[in-house]
Formats: sequence, structure tokens, C-alpha cells
Amino acid sequence: MRINDVILRTVARIVVFIILTFGVELFLSGHNNPGGGFIGGLVLSSAFVLLYLVNDIETVRKGIPFDFKKIAAFGVLLAVGTGFGSVLFGEHFLTQAFGHFHLPIFGITELSTVVLFEAGVALTVVGVVVTIILTISEDV
Amino acid sequence: MMNNIIVMPMIIPLLTGIILIFLRSYTKTQRVFSILSSIATVVVSLVILNRIQHEGILRLDFGGWLPPYGILFVADSFSTLLVVTTSIVTSILLIYAFSSIGKQHEHMFFYPFIFFLVAGVNGSFLTGDLFNMFVCFEVMLLSSYVLITMGGRKIQLVESIKYVTINVLSSWFFLIGIAYLYGTVGTLNMAHLSVRVAEVGQGPLLTVISLMFLIVFSLKAGLLLYFWLPGSYSAPPTVVAALFGALLTKVGIYAMFRIFTLIFYHETVITHTVIGIMAILTMIGGSIGALAHNDIRQIVSYNVVIAVGFILAGLAISSEVAFQGAIYYLIHDMIVKALLFLIAGTMIYLTGKAKIQEMSGLIRNYPMLGWLFFITMLSLTGIPPLSGFISKVYLGQGAIETGSYLLLAVAFISGIFVLYSLLRIFLNSFWGETIISEDDDVPLKKGMLVPCVLFAIMTVAIGVGAEGLAPYVSDAARTLMNPEIYIDAVLQGNR
Repeated sequence: MRINDVILRTVARIVVFIILTFGVELFLSGHNNPGGGFIGGLVLSSAFVLLYLVNDIETVRKGIPFDFKKIAAFGVLLAVGTGFGSVLFGEHFLTQAFGHFHLPIFGITELSTVVLFEAGVALTVVGVVVTIILTISEDV
Repeated sequence: MMNNIIVMPMIIPLLTGIILIFLRSYTKTQRVFSILSSIATVVVSLVILNRIQHEGILRLDFGGWLPPYGILFVADSFSTLLVVTTSIVTSILLIYAFSSIGKQHEHMFFYPFIFFLVAGVNGSFLTGDLFNMFVCFEVMLLSSYVLITMGGRKIQLVESIKYVTINVLSSWFFLIGIAYLYGTVGTLNMAHLSVRVAEVGQGPLLTVISLMFLIVFSLKAGLLLYFWLPGSYSAPPTVVAALFGALLTKVGIYAMFRIFTLIFYHETVITHTVIGIMAILTMIGGSIGALAHNDIRQIVSYNVVIAVGFILAGLAISSEVAFQGAIYYLIHDMIVKALLFLIAGTMIYLTGKAKIQEMSGLIRNYPMLGWLFFITMLSLTGIPPLSGFISKVYLGQGAIETGSYLLLAVAFISGIFVLYSLLRIFLNSFWGETIISEDDDVPLKKGMLVPCVLFAIMTVAIGVGAEGLAPYVSDAARTLMNPEIYIDAVLQGNR
């Protein structure tokens, strides 16, 4: 029997964007305020999981044609890589740097290498969570 | 002076593992890349070991956060000796993996997980922070969960349920122990812990916490609580079993040495006596197991158990000479156990049988393998000039100096049981009428024999060249005996 999921589909279409925005907001507010790569990544991946629930796996795969295992690996590479970057500059491993830059639209903005590290964490979390969910769904 | 180099034994394997994930379908590239990076790890760790001799204990504060606030890596001779051995053993085992593991495994991220495991092992050796050690343990264990189940044969799944359950449970205890300790003394930096524990005195509360850690590491190392070990070490493919047998229990042993020489060394009457009793029971239990079984993999796994008891007898004796013996034995055991597992696995590969009565006369078909087994047997028993000898001498000397005669007796008698259990394999499987006719003689691959020969050369080299290893080992034992050296190097006065 086909379940009538019109409401879920309609709501999801809007809610996914709200979740994604909230995830990015959480991610960007990290390292100084509550937030950061880990929970940002968790929220982002919840948006993906919602997409998988509403549509079927094949449809979503057409829209997001990435191997989530590779995304997770890329995330770890990015995180370890930023730590490694400080070694190249002769600093302690994992040392982070930040500076204030004058950008066209944003005005004076604080840019920090922590963001790159956190991006790695977020990608890892997204990759791992989605892989886990997909693996479980394949089993059932 | 920048000490970034001491994070390399963990970062090189980690990065290699990540990059290999992207190279999933290129088997050749994976092999070349993995062997190169493991050799790089060996070189780097040797450099670190030599720098420690000149400059003393090295430390690296991650991100420049000074201890006791930041997380840090500390490399002293003890941990670096183990890192060096780990890296060498992994490199050689990789060669064996190339010819034995098969396309299916190589395609299923086998090499990346080997490297994640090594990163976890090296990280656990080098970290100077108790919670960071927990994290590294988890990295190592998660990789080992994957490696033990990879392939998905029924026996692997059965054993992995036991293995995963017991390790999740012990990790949970580990976490609770850390929470108790943090709640009691308010720090997790190991050097700082040592200072704080010494300041408040190791009262009943702290002693109970220390016993909690004893249980955790006993589960990981297989000290008395080894019931899970023989099963799960005989389930995975040979090279994985060798990796587990050589490395995993050693990390638990290392942690126990670190905790009970650096932090909880005040109430030796309680903690070290308990360790001593557990070591004795382990050696007895391991000996019985090694004699009772006929499955070659089980016999070999029980030999791991006996070695754990033997090494921790050194901790129970707790004198500088005994520590030297234990450190020699740790290094020796990592190499020879890897060799023993490889030979046992190769025998099963060649005959297709695992029971020792079902094999016979292998030495006629594979003389080299037979004599390699013979060398392994002598080395494990402690016959000079092989590597097992020197450690038994030191351990014996330490036991006599401190009057631990019971430990001494059990440790040396367990050596006889090791000899007998391996002699049984040798007499049953290598001696006697050959069962394999010339026609269906499975050829022994060079890629399987070469790693065994390399390990055998190493056990001879360590035995003969023990003199060359002596400065490193005695420095390691001195640091274990005098925690102030470690504390001064880490905290440098800012307590």
C-alpha cells in the first residue's frame, strides 16, 4: 500500500532549506560561540537524511551525486591538513591563526584557519552520518 | 626547538590511511604508497629515538597550548622504542599482506584501516594526556573492529560480537575511570596527574580509581581477563591476527606501565600485588590453554596470553632491572609473536587444516618454514643468543633482587610450557611422515616467506645486538623508575 505523504513532501521542501540554513549558521558561529563543525555537521546531515526519507535513495543520489564515504575522508583530510599546515609554517602542530581583513561586502571580518578545520569536521560528520543511515537502510 | 616531529608517527599513518581511501580501486598504487609511508614512519621514529638520547624527553604542545591546559604528545625512550617496533612490525606485515590478503580485502579499504590502527597505536604510545589516550585507544579499536569483521566469514562475525562487546564495555569503564579521576584531582595531563596525586597522597579513593584503570587495561591487554582473546585472535585472516597479536595487547600493557609507574606508584602494596597475582594467574591460565588446545591458532593465541603475564610480572616486581627485562620482552614479543602468527597462518594456508594432528612432515616440503618455526620456538623460550634470552635474564635478576621468588618461579616455569606447547606443534606438524604428496604440494609464495625471514633476522639481531639496544632500554627503564624525569620534562616547573 502506498502511503500518502503529500504533507511530508510539501513540508520537507521548505524545512530542508530551514535546516540547511540553521546548520550553516551553527557552523559559522562556532569556535567562539556555541556551535561549530560537529553540531553544524549533524544538523546538515539531518537535512540530507530528511531528503532520503521523503524521496527514495535513487532520486536523492541523482541530485547529490557524491560518495559520502569520500566526503568523510575528504573532511578528515582537510582537518588533519590544516593541523599539518601549521607544521609547514614552523609552528606547533594544530596551531591556528586568525586575522582581520577588509572585505568588500562584509566590512572588517575576522577570518580564521579554525574555520577550515571546522569545515573538515563538518564534512566528516555529514559523510559518516549519511553513510551510516544509508547502510542501515540497505540492510532492511 | 620545534618538536613537531613527534606527532609524525601518528600523522603519517593517519594521512596515508585517508589518502588510500581515495585510491580504492588502484591496488598497485595502494601497495606502493603504503609500504613507502610505513618505511617513512620507521625512519621518523628512529630519528625521534636518537634525539631523545641527546635532548632528553621531547614534548609537543598541540596548538601551542601549554600543559596542563593543552593536549600534548610526549616522547620518552619507552614509548618511542615501542613506536619504532610497531612501525617496523607493520612494514614487514604489509609485505605479507600483499601476497596473502587478496583482491577482495584490498578493495574493501583494508590498507586504510591498517594505517588507522597504527595511527591509534602510535598515538596511544605517544600521548601525554589521559583523555587523549582514550581517544587514540578508540581510533585503534574502531579500526580493529573493522579489520576483525572484514571478509564476513561466519567465525569472524561470531568472534567479533564478543570482541566488540568486551571492548565497548572496557572503553566505557575507561571513560568512567577518567571521569572519577578528573572529579577527584581535576586534571588529565598525566604528568600533572602524577604531581597532584603525590600532593594529596594516594588515599583509598584514588587507589580504588587506580584499580578501575587496572581492570580496564587488563581487559585490553588480556591480563587475567583474557577470555575473549584466543577466540577473536584466531578468527581474522593471518596478517590481521599477526597485527593484533603483535600490537593490540601491547598498547594495554604500555598503558598499565605508564599509569602504574607515573601516577599510581604510591600504594604498591595493593596495586602492584594485585598486578603480580593477576600476572601469575595469567601465566598459569595461558599455559594450560596452550597445552589444552589442538588448534594451532588457539595455541598461538594462548602464547600471547602467557607473554602478557610475563611482561606484567616485570611491572609487579617494579625495579629498574625488572623494567629493563619487561621492555626488552615487549620489543622481543612484538616481533616474535608477529612471526609466530605468520608461520601458523602460513601452515594453515599450505595444508588447509588447523589441527596439529592433521598436519605432518611439513619440514620435508617446506624446510625453510620449519626451521623458521624452530628459531621462533627457541626465541620465545629464551635460548641465547636469540632475543628472548636477555629479557629473561634481566627479569630474573630483578625478581631475585626484590625477593619476588614466586613470580620468578612462575615466570620461568611458564617458559617451559611455552616451549612444550610449541614443541608439540613442531613434532606433530613438521616432523613425521609427510602427508602432502609431491603433486598437490601448494607452493609457498616468496611474499609469505620473506616477511618471516625478516622477522627471524630481527629476533637474532636483537639477541646478538642487545648491547646496541641497551642505552635506549636503560634510559626507558630509568624514566619509568623515576617519574620526576617525565614530570620535569612535561611541566618544566610551571606546576
